Amino acid sequence: MSGDNPPRFVLASPESEFYWRSGADGRLRIQRCGECSRWVHPPGPACPFCHSRRVGPEPVAGTGTVATYTINRKEWIPGFTPPYVFAFVELDEDPTVRIGTNIVDCEIEEVEIGMRVEVLFEESGEWHVPLFRPAVTEES
Amino acid sequence: MVERMERRAVISGAAQSEVGRRLYRTGIDLTVEAALRAVEDAGLTTADIDGVSTYPGFGGSFGGAMGAELHEALRLSLNWRSAGVETAGPLGAVHNAILAVATGLARHVLVFRTVVEGSGGPLRPGSGGGGGGGMAGSAGPFQFMIPYGAASAACWVACYARRHMHDYGTTRTQLGAIAVNGRANAAANPKAIYTDPMTIDDYLAVRMVSDPLCLYDCDVPCDGSTAVVVSHRDHAPDTPAGAVGVNAMGTAIRGRPSWDQFDDLTSMMMRHTAASMWERTELTVDDVDTAQLYDGFSWLTLAWIEAMGFCGKGESGAFVEGGVNIGPDGSAPLNTSGGQLSAGRLHGFGHLHEAVMQLRGTANIQVPGCEVVAVGAGGGPETGCLLLTKGPS
Repeated sequence: MSGDNPPRFVLASPESEFYWRSGADGRLRIQRCGECSRWVHPPGPACPFCHSRRVGPEPVAGTGTVATYTINRKEWIPGFTPPYVFAFVELDEDPTVRIGTNIVDCEIEEVEIGMRVEVLFEESGEWHVPLFRPAVTEES
Repeated sequence: MVERMERRAVISGAAQSEVGRRLYRTGIDLTVEAALRAVEDAGLTTADIDGVSTYPGFGGSFGGAMGAELHEALRLSLNWRSAGVETAGPLGAVHNAILAVATGLARHVLVFRTVVEGSGGPLRPGSGGGGGGGMAGSAGPFQFMIPYGAASAACWVACYARRHMHDYGTTRTQLGAIAVNGRANAAANPKAIYTDPMTIDDYLAVRMVSDPLCLYDCDVPCDGSTAVVVSHRDHAPDTPAGAVGVNAMGTAIRGRPSWDQFDDLTSMMMRHTAASMWERTELTVDDVDTAQLYDGFSWLTLAWIEAMGFCGKGESGAFVEGGVNIGPDGSAPLNTSGGQLSAGRLHGFGHLHEAVMQLRGTANIQVPGCEVVAVGAGGGPETGCLLLTKGPS
């Protein structure tokens, strides 16, 4: 992606609103169970593992690994200009927490499965959209 | 063995409307054309039809016509009607009809899937195109992909294809064998959209859509309706064209119902769906004479080939490479009417129609002595399958 930021079309639910606002303080948050400590994504009304209602957002490191990705060459949404990378990132806290995102701040050809990445946020209206870029704070 | 109630049902009739790229006909117009042909094909009249089942039914642009529209258009008198998107993919409409017949709720169920996507507008957020089932652009599960420009199932399937290539060494040349096979078979199908010859070099040279998926990895939107009649097996002797038996159906959705959170990025829900089908039959994959496996995107066919057990996990690339195994003379003739990549996106019902033709012995590219066909449709978390036989099972 280049130039203006693309239209993000964030449509949050009551359960997910925190996810799209979390980046306001620079931290990514994922829902976690206050009873069994499992991470839950996408967020829901109760822990799917122990059924506790005591679930809520908790900050994560914001680092992870590219599980897979695609390089989009077609314009699906006007203003969302190709080429761009859509990827699934698995978070370090729990690789079953898989986040769809764009990989930015690198050449698209540099993206590969297993690549270490870290979160950054793009403001889009009232939302802070989590994006990922190659990890710069660690040895890859 | 416990009685498999699906074996009380047969497919007694099957037909298609006109199929084309831009017909500018309404969904119900196409549906009535297919439905009337299917009813006649089954040796019935509309007065015999007492059930209607469709996918997805009410729900806007993703569907071509509602069950109630057909009900009204033909002034049917029904004991049972069902439609919905929350089922085992498009073939879920067939499963539901089979259950209605098996339980005696209905005796002859008209089942249809109609698409008017060839004459439709461009994909846009909220249109639910490509398997979104109308959920794209909502606050549902697609809220985590739409903001990133992943607005089509092409993007999601491409991620699985990439990981499959990474983990198993699958190549684009192997993937391309699905498209080339479909194009070659489409040449014999008078209703196919694309019939010009295609080579693997043509495939490798065409533009990328969502890398590693290129244009020829994506099916072609079209307009058309497919209808089948599901009847009680007692009707089999009275079917003019021959009844097709339902040996087993696969419905399982044991993994997470999600395009992005499924546990394995190299398979999809068909892994469970196909397994549940084989759990319901004494037949095995070795008994299958031809496979009609969903190719909304070519990689989905690889996933179905592995799920059905034609080869081991991760071996589908080598299995299809060069097209010998999946060709008309191969061990597993695949998508013998061209599939959706070339014949048009009839959303799994083109595959179902071809299965019926094969079992009747009237296919354009007929597999000799065809007695068992596996049909699988759908991708992501929305998959269903059927094991069909020549005559009642």
